Amino acid sequence: MKYFTFAAGLFTASMTLAQTPIFTIYAPDYFASEWGPGPAIEAAFEESCSCDLQFKTGDVMSRIILEGERTEADAVIGLNTDITKKARETGLFAAHGQDNAQLTLPIEWSDEIFLPFNYGHTAFIYNTEKVANPPASFDALVNSGTDLSLVIQDPRSSISGLALVLWVKAVYGEQAEAVWQKLAPKILTVTKGWSESYGLFSDGEADMVLSYTTSPAYHIVAENDLTKKAAIFPEGHYFMVELAAKIASTDVPDLADAFLAFIMTDQFQNIIPEGNWSLPAALPKSQWPQAFQDLPLPEKVLFYSEEEAANLRKETIEEWRRALSK
Amino acid sequence: MAPRIVQISTGALICSFVLLPLWAVWRQADGPTSLGPADWSALRFTILQAALSALLSTLSAVPLARALARAQFWGRAAVIRLMGAPFILPVIVAILGLIAVFGQNGWLNTGLRSLGFGSFSIYGLQGVLLAHVFFNLPLATRMILLGWATIPQERLRLGQSLDLRGFARFRLIEFPMLMTILPSAAAVIFVICLSSFTVALALGGGPKSTTLELAIYQAFRFDFDFAKAALLGLVQLGLSASAAVFALGFAWGHQLGIGLDRPIALGRHSTLQKYLDGVVIGVALLFLGLPLLLVLGNGLGSITSLPAAVWMAALRSVLIALGATALCMLLSLSLLSRGGEAIATLSITVSPLVLGTGLFLIASPYVNPFEISLWVTLCVNALMSLPFAVRILRPEMSQVDANFCWLSASLGLSRLGWWRWVVWPRLRRPFGFAAGLTAALSMGDLGVIALFGDAERATLPLKLYQLMGSYRMEQAAGCASLLLILSFGFFWVFDFLGRRNA
Repeated sequence: MKYFTFAAGLFTASMTLAQTPIFTIYAPDYFASEWGPGPAIEAAFEESCSCDLQFKTGDVMSRIILEGERTEADAVIGLNTDITKKARETGLFAAHGQDNAQLTLPIEWSDEIFLPFNYGHTAFIYNTEKVANPPASFDALVNSGTDLSLVIQDPRSSISGLALVLWVKAVYGEQAEAVWQKLAPKILTVTKGWSESYGLFSDGEADMVLSYTTSPAYHIVAENDLTKKAAIFPEGHYFMVELAAKIASTDVPDLADAFLAFIMTDQFQNIIPEGNWSLPAALPKSQWPQAFQDLPLPEKVLFYSEEEAANLRKETIEEWRRALSK
Repeated sequence: MAPRIVQISTGALICSFVLLPLWAVWRQADGPTSLGPADWSALRFTILQAALSALLSTLSAVPLARALARAQFWGRAAVIRLMGAPFILPVIVAILGLIAVFGQNGWLNTGLRSLGFGSFSIYGLQGVLLAHVFFNLPLATRMILLGWATIPQERLRLGQSLDLRGFARFRLIEFPMLMTILPSAAAVIFVICLSSFTVALALGGGPKSTTLELAIYQAFRFDFDFAKAALLGLVQLGLSASAAVFALGFAWGHQLGIGLDRPIALGRHSTLQKYLDGVVIGVALLFLGLPLLLVLGNGLGSITSLPAAVWMAALRSVLIALGATALCMLLSLSLLSRGGEAIATLSITVSPLVLGTGLFLIASPYVNPFEISLWVTLCVNALMSLPFAVRILRPEMSQVDANFCWLSASLGLSRLGWWRWVVWPRLRRPFGFAAGLTAALSMGDLGVIALFGDAERATLPLKLYQLMGSYRMEQAAGCASLLLILSFGFFWVFDFLGRRNA
């Protein structure tokens, strides 16, 4: 019987006491895994909330849209601006109630619904031992010879891949498709998601991989490896921000409000850099871990609002597809 | 044969498990939809790569299976057992293994360069086909090998006494057997490759190699266009169904008389043939074994440093695999007929994404989908392996039927006795193989757990993705090795139990 209970325990989530209210947050898988910031955030929040915070993982946006009013979520975390328009139109979310002025983002933020908690920029990462002369600008990359090989993510299946086509659009506008045609011979392959790309890059299969400006921080802090660097381009880098929001129909509105307030605290923000390997959204640079302060970051930041991103999405993906299908 | 009522109800159960989710997704649609130019080109590429993959896998499996059937050498059993390994690898692990051999800096290109040749690029249609043959050649080989084992010894002896040699023997004895197996093997490989997505994209080298599954993924994730997802799912279903019908129509499975159930010996063959067989087996071993060895070696050192959560996930995956195997074998025994084979094929025709989302939609008004996610994974894994299990069991079963039904009837053998004394001793070899395949496939499948799970219910493949997703490539390699060892261990144990004294 003991073994049966043990086996059954493997199939069911942690037991909770009936009295403690359950606070459910939908989050992306990487966020809530033991290698993401989730567990530390859960522990820190549960110290004060006298609740049981539970992360439910998966594809947050699709699930919210499928569930609609029936959703069990009290809050969501890990949405991306490039796809929030559809989320906003569902009317499922309530105002976050936090002061946007406390944010330390490189762009203005005035959204009342979606609250940023971390950010980064798209960037190409290279290995200094393999690439001695990395391109100094986006133009240099576009016009470089074909001996430089890139691996990128598909904008149709990956959020970072989508950010890349928006990045190219933001830099080159009308010229975007021509630029993709020039990039095409350098693109070794396109993968479904970020993990496959980064895996190929780590195995030395490609010279550069589409990732984030903050990626080198992982190698520096966790592996003491200084050979991974982001190529910083003066044309600017596309800004990627992750958002949290409160579900309007939550049965624990106070907990949801408390959690959004918690996001803005130093305690939460301090977990972000080395938990999510990205930049905290409400923490001055002087308080970042040293490795993050030392990271080369772009001076110019490019960004499309959710409205613009939604309007450009089909067009930019189609330009990308046409250019790379030739 | 199982009683008709059991066959019909199992069939109905599977049909509803496959079709209801599609309907549930369709119901979410908020408007009509149609296929755009990008979808049509995806459809063309999907059919092209799946058809070529099926053709190449089955055709190259014939000489390999023939060589394995007649060659006698030390370690033959181990080689045959290895023939299940690539098929059960998680996709991402297989890609990294193939790249270690065929990639820009892989063994092949390093060798070619040092010999002064140009390099081979794996990225393109050739890469997609290479990967699909890597996955499916072993499956096809094993299915054909089982087919060879069903050729009655009497027929081979008759051939020998008539002095049938070379091509004549092939045409009169082996070809009829191949025609009962090849169309069915090709159809199932075609259907597997239809829903290829991660491999097709990563090795296809770009959007030229877009498959329907990617279009479905896009419709779900970014467009939230459920009508389109369902429509594309329906197109995929139609393609798979056509493949299944084609296979059934083409398999003119006439049998040249019955035999007395004695083990096979293909008779004498020349020294040249022996050498050729050796070369065929050697090349196949290198092609299939090297990527696996590299994956294994790459992560072996990190296995001991894997955290407890990974081991818990491994245990969870083991339990799911055992459950899925039991369910799959139970279902497959009641589907050992022509119609059953078609219905079993149905269970891999629906895109996993549509299936997962549909099940989620069906379940969510009644239960919390998170609570049942592991049970759903178990059922989906069982269904996923059903087409293979049925295909592996059916040739043997129909042979048993043809050879023994009269004898059993004349002895007045009871149904239980028939299974215990006639069927089981003959079926246990393919049964062991099918069970091993199911368990291993289930181990390696990421499946629906990625759609709705939570941190406390992660399976081993999901942990592998989580590790990669958080830059921990070294631990991910360890996780991949562990997954490979567990999957192959399962496969080996079941296969061994089936073959022992059989």
